[in-house]
Amino acid sequence: MSTLVFLEHHEGELQKDSLGVLAKAAQLGGDVSALIAGSGVEGLAAQAGRFGAAKVYVADDPALEAPLPQPRVDVAADLVRRHGFETVLFGATVLTADVAAGLAARLDAGLNWDLVDLAQEDGKLVGKRPALDDTVYVDVGWKGEPRLALIRTGTFEPVESPAEPEVERVDVQLEDFSTLAKMIEQAHEESEGPSIEDADVIVAGGRGLGGPDNFALVEELAKALGGAVAATRAVVDAGWYPYSTQVGQTGKTVAPRLYIAVGISGAIQHKVGMQGSNVIVAINKDPNAPIFEYADLGVVGDLHEIIPKLTELVRQRKAA
Amino acid sequence: MKIAVCAKAVPEQARRIDPETKRLDRSGEQTLNPFDANAVEEGLRLKGDAADAEVVLFSLGPERSLDALRKALAMGADRVVLVTDEAAAGSDLVASSYALARVLEREQAELVLFGQQANDSDGAVMWAAVADRLRRPLISQVAELTVSDGAVRGKRQTEFGYDVIEAPLPAVVAVSDAINEPRYPSLKGIMGAKKKPQETVSLSDLGVEGERAGESGSRTEVYALGEPPPRGETQRVEDDGSGAEKIVEFLLERKAL
Ligand SMILES: Cc1cc2nc3c(=O)[nH]c(=O)nc-3n(C[C@H](O)[C@H](O)[C@H](O)COP(=O)(O)OP(=O)(O)OC[C@H]3O[C@@H](n4cnc5c(N)ncnc54)[C@H](O)[C@@H]3O)c2cc1C
Ligand SMILES: Nc1ncnc2c1ncn2[C@@H]1O[C@H](COP(=O)(O)O)[C@@H](O)[C@H]1O
Repeated sequence: MSTLVFLEHHEGELQKDSLGVLAKAAQLGGDVSALIAGSGVEGLAAQAGRFGAAKVYVADDPALEAPLPQPRVDVAADLVRRHGFETVLFGATVLTADVAAGLAARLDAGLNWDLVDLAQEDGKLVGKRPALDDTVYVDVGWKGEPRLALIRTGTFEPVESPAEPEVERVDVQLEDFSTLAKMIEQAHEESEGPSIEDADVIVAGGRGLGGPDNFALVEELAKALGGAVAATRAVVDAGWYPYSTQVGQTGKTVAPRLYIAVGISGAIQHKVGMQGSNVIVAINKDPNAPIFEYADLGVVGDLHEIIPKLTELVRQRKAA
Repeated sequence: MKIAVCAKAVPEQARRIDPETKRLDRSGEQTLNPFDANAVEEGLRLKGDAADAEVVLFSLGPERSLDALRKALAMGADRVVLVTDEAAAGSDLVASSYALARVLEREQAELVLFGQQANDSDGAVMWAAVADRLRRPLISQVAELTVSDGAVRGKRQTEFGYDVIEAPLPAVVAVSDAINEPRYPSLKGIMGAKKKPQETVSLSDLGVEGERAGESGSRTEVYALGEPPPRGETQRVEDDGSGAEKIVEFLLERKAL
């Protein structure tokens, strides 16, 4: 089996999930190569070797400076066509999901997403995919090659297996439409706000709160419990709460002793950031909300009724 | 300006995969994919009062999808084009994006909008495949969108912060669910929706060959269905006024308070 792993990088570091996928590919065996696309990225090749890549293809071009998907589809398609990789793997991120799907269309290749495992079974590559809010696990496969897969955030840990990789620079030839989208601005500094990563207790608010002012409800509860306040992407993007408090795929990963989800539907992209919490309590008025599938205690009801009472009861307990 | 919105009808409830066909069971009530209501809303906002602008819905799915898609017409979209064909059942990303691209090519909208994800497949990838087939620039996960001077600009969140990306029209944009609050259809909207144009087209109308559609056009397959790994016990209670007390009891039991 020949496998190509697409490696994402940020500020001169290879992204951890990408390296985890690379380590998994190395464990599955066969010829494992990696692709690094960017500008001024040649130095990253050695890092890739440490995590299992026997060969590293480097596409280094100013046109690849911004982390935009379409030029990366061109580079990957060219590489797959020339070398006939049987499998192409991606650690799922905002960028790689678009690269993988663009590549699937370009090569008419099968893409399976959100995989939490990969295995060789009877000579076939099989992916494990939790579906329908993780209520069913599906064994998925590919009808031909190349086989493309996006691996769910945080699935595989990087494992060092030191090697001196062979490095090859590849030619970068881009389609006319691939460079039309331009990065105008990247605001990558953390906005200020309390750190949620070390908190023992987290009370998280979602769009069910109805507006930024109602975050006072979760703040009060968090204060009573001696915990921190977190938020979903929906409310962060809406400007209700700072990005630094966001939990999930594009936010923080937390694992407090207690996580209380208030007015949060519990989308997979949120779940991947908090499923390691010890005890999860959810309050949601929709009995079909996915969060109830994985909350230890789910209360179906109106948060406006429940949260103020709960805060009061916790205060009384603590005072007693 | 012609604005296309790609939208999908999804099962309303009780979502299950049919163990026989290993496909999603689409027999129950269908509803407009909630994430696509954000794309419809954004299309309507961009159209504004412009008399020469049009918001057209494009969908691939069974004929009954029309009932669910009509909600978008009730919100204010102008018409629906549904690609529907027995031979398209079981299409994966490769096959669906091909059919969608073919129907979109026919209409040449300046802006093609997508929702954040189909809540039955949770792929959040369709737009990238369609954009590649249309050979158009793409901006995904957009939480703030502006169109001016023949270009579209989107702000979006990534793992590392915020990006602002710009692309000339014609372009493909996928919006996030934070971009707006979809309006509720008015009674007048609901009444009027039935009379708006609802066109169905078959794969052959679009010149999509049989081997590019449905299972024969798909490159992925499902081998088996299984149970998720157990995650301890989950309890669910209805709040009858004692929800807060129940939470406290539970926390004490779990020594989490
Ligand atoms: C690539 C990608 C990355 C993403 N990254 C993240 C991420 O890092 N973090 C993240 O959180 N999301 C992320 N998302 C978005 C995610 O898919 C969901 O859209 C988001 O988590 C929804 O946020 P929410 O639960 O606040 O809002 P909603 O889904 O709108 O849920 C609100 C809930 O509140 C309930 N509710 C409403 N009123 C009340 C009331 N009065 N009382 C009780 N309950 C009420 C509703 O029933 C509903 O379930 C990502 C998506 C994609 C595609
Ligand atoms: N069958 C379909 N018909 C029309 N649009 C679709 C279809 N499937 C997906 N889409 C669009 O693509 C988006 C992402 O879908 P997915 O990648 O399947 O999660 C959805 O929000 C819709 O806008």
